[in-house]
Amino acid sequence: MHAKTPTTPKTGIAVSQERGASSTAVRTSLKLLGAGPVVILVALIILLGFLSPYFFTGRNLGNILSQTAVIALVAMGQHIVILTRGIDLSVGSNLALASVVGALVFKSTDSTVLVVVAMIASGGLVGAINGLVYVYGRLPHPFIITLATLSIAKGTALELSDGRAIQGMPDFVRAIGGGSIHGVPGSLFVVAGVALLFAVMAKTMVWGRWLYAVGGKPEAALQMGIPVKRVLISAYVISGLCAGLGALLLAGRTDAGSPLFGNLLELDTIAAVIIGGASFLGGRGHIGHALVGAIMIGVIRNALNLLNVDIFFQLIVIGVVIVIAVEADVLRNHLEGRMRVLQAAGQT
Amino acid sequence: MTKSFAVSRSTDTVLDVRNATKRFGPVLALDNVSIQAHRGQVLALLGDNGAGKSTLIKCISGVHQIDSGMIQLDGKPTLMRSPGSAREAGIETVYQDLALFDNLTPAQNFYAGREISFPSWLPPGLRFMRRSEMESVTNDVLERLKVTLPGAGATVALMSGGQRQAVAVARASVFARKLVILDEPTAALGLRESRKVLDLIAQLRDEGNAVILITHNMEHVTELASLAVVLRQGRKVGELIPTKANQHDLISMIVGG
Repeated sequence: MHAKTPTTPKTGIAVSQERGASSTAVRTSLKLLGAGPVVILVALIILLGFLSPYFFTGRNLGNILSQTAVIALVAMGQHIVILTRGIDLSVGSNLALASVVGALVFKSTDSTVLVVVAMIASGGLVGAINGLVYVYGRLPHPFIITLATLSIAKGTALELSDGRAIQGMPDFVRAIGGGSIHGVPGSLFVVAGVALLFAVMAKTMVWGRWLYAVGGKPEAALQMGIPVKRVLISAYVISGLCAGLGALLLAGRTDAGSPLFGNLLELDTIAAVIIGGASFLGGRGHIGHALVGAIMIGVIRNALNLLNVDIFFQLIVIGVVIVIAVEADVLRNHLEGRMRVLQAAGQT
Repeated sequence: MTKSFAVSRSTDTVLDVRNATKRFGPVLALDNVSIQAHRGQVLALLGDNGAGKSTLIKCISGVHQIDSGMIQLDGKPTLMRSPGSAREAGIETVYQDLALFDNLTPAQNFYAGREISFPSWLPPGLRFMRRSEMESVTNDVLERLKVTLPGAGATVALMSGGQRQAVAVARASVFARKLVILDEPTAALGLRESRKVLDLIAQLRDEGNAVILITHNMEHVTELASLAVVLRQGRKVGELIPTKANQHDLISMIVGG
């Protein structure tokens, strides 16, 4: 009945004799695997400090952080969707549309509050469409609907803006996206605030537990009476809201809204989540993974720039890192299977 | 027939299913089946594949609804509209796929979908969890049932088939106020792990739960059950007190020999 659980006594005992006390070895490997991304990130940063004297300057670090802020913010939303076994391909176009909507609202109203509300609401609306159509349209996978809204949001943004960037953002938005307090970029405070909020919600709220349950085993979540549909919709709405907030940061930094914003952001954010160590299979990972992954992408890009590596080569490097991260996830599943066999044969 | 039931219904009858009938289109999955489960006793539900065992327990646990007949809990007619309403009524079911979340710890699994949380005026999803309370209850239960698991806080993904089964049975024991239904709990387990789960079932029974056990293993039936009911093609074809001596009678009832 449990194909995943190889617990026939025969194999179990054979393995336990063969490998003796390897239970602790498996456990240690799993722990190392869990710490992997952070260790690699720290090693990378130290290495770069040696390779380039410019790396540790305040200006360069500030650059990395402000460039990473948008990816990090949207990756946190993407992470919540991936936790539920989903994927949100629309985040980049969603961000572009939100920035255009914000710029248009600013042009016609001059109101800071309305601009901020419009951008975040625009993001949330696209997210809500994703979630509602996925759940109530009974789609087999969110890939399809978010691919559709990727196209629709992009088209709408191009249509509304005539395909051109629209200059002008309120001072407040410019300050958040581009300003800094004592050298710390304002966008960093937004990212940190959202990260803290998500971490607390995931850990302490029932909703957070339900996210993990739905991602871990959707059928069981239904059996246990968890409102799976509402949980799924909430994940896409949050991803959309994050895209809206990302638009706020990017528009603030560039003092414009543009239909070309967020190009390939879906790939960057999915890569960040996976590289950071969350599982693409759902149900595993925390907000820190999205942050570590986003910073890793920022650092790799920055490093290749500093070391004068061709910009096209960056895409290849990021791709290779994704493959390594996914293989690490596969290895983790394999080790857990080994652990189950050892448990069946072992001391208990 | 109804009269004789009224007489025989003793005070410790927890579940009383009378003349349950269930159709799926042209297929008569349950035909006038009546069973009773008593406090502190294990009822074995036997039958070949497709005999109606699963349909019967799904009707009791609210997954399906019977077309005619009656289900009484503690003497009161009860409608099992959904798995949720059956759980609220005090019936816990351990299905073959266990409904465990690999990525969660035992405590998180115990309370998935019914977390202890506050404040009560908020919608359930927006409440905050009382994590330490859930963890201490879980640990107490696992300790009482003598379930040994890999380190505290380990997720179910790291556990063997037997340990997972133990977690699922222990979870049922926490929330079952009236009846625990176990669907082939040892089917995927080796000898040693089966032993552990059987001990666990015996303990549930001794703690006063009514237990319905579906199994194909006659040894387990004679060891644990005070009564065995045999279904075949949706009908109840036999009912006897299982002993080592009448195992063959049971088997021939099951296969219809």
